Amino acid sequence: MNRTEREATVRRIMEQTPPPVPPDLYAEVVRRGARMVRRRRMVRRTLWLLLCAVAVAFLVWAMMARPWVEPPSQTTPPYTGW
Amino acid sequence: MRQRQALQGARRAREFEAFVAGAAGRLLHAATLLTAEAPDDNPRARRLLTLALARTYISWNRLRGEDPYDRARQYLATRFARAAWHQYGGLGRARTHPGSALATLAPQERLILVLRLYEGVAEEQTAALLGLPVERVRTICDRATTTLLQPPRSPAPTVVGAKVAPS
Repeated sequence: MNRTEREATVRRIMEQTPPPVPPDLYAEVVRRGARMVRRRRMVRRTLWLLLCAVAVAFLVWAMMARPWVEPPSQTTPPYTGW
Repeated sequence: MRQRQALQGARRAREFEAFVAGAAGRLLHAATLLTAEAPDDNPRARRLLTLALARTYISWNRLRGEDPYDRARQYLATRFARAAWHQYGGLGRARTHPGSALATLAPQERLILVLRLYEGVAEEQTAALLGLPVERVRTICDRATTTLLQPPRSPAPTVVGAKVAPS
């Protein structure tokens, strides 16, 4: 038997007795799919909310701490009057 | 605006229902071959198909002219490939049903055989989908074909001689 014949035989073996499709398949698929969509939307919303909260917290901290302002020198006393 | 969206949603739901009605039979047959269960008792294949179709349902609105059947088959194959080792009789845990046509094969052999011969996916696409070299896909397909057509006489799996290290 050459390759084509063998493949044809295997195809024939695989194609016998197709299983019956359950009648409630569509409803089950839609139920699961809708649940997955809902869950993904929830996760996405939660992550966006978290991102916004982190951004606001950073802004508030930056406004209060002002890390870009040069801190007053601790080592050299201000030298005036010479 | 809202009404148009609702109309579109209803149309998409109808399209998806038609797609499921048309494709479920063939996909369920493929899934049953993958899980190597009997055709009339296939809970694992049904579960596999339900999850794959649910994934297709999620991406239904984002299919831009792509073939949904292709997508569903892809989800089916990748899900099976991921779960094959612990669910569908890998690693010596044979969970196949003798009533299945592919009961004598390993999960990977079943997957490649179903994709290549039952579904008629090209060798290159199968290789890309499973992340294997094309030669490997061809080898596995040939080996699975041979095993299927000439089932081993002894129940013990034959050890390939080439695996023994030459001393």
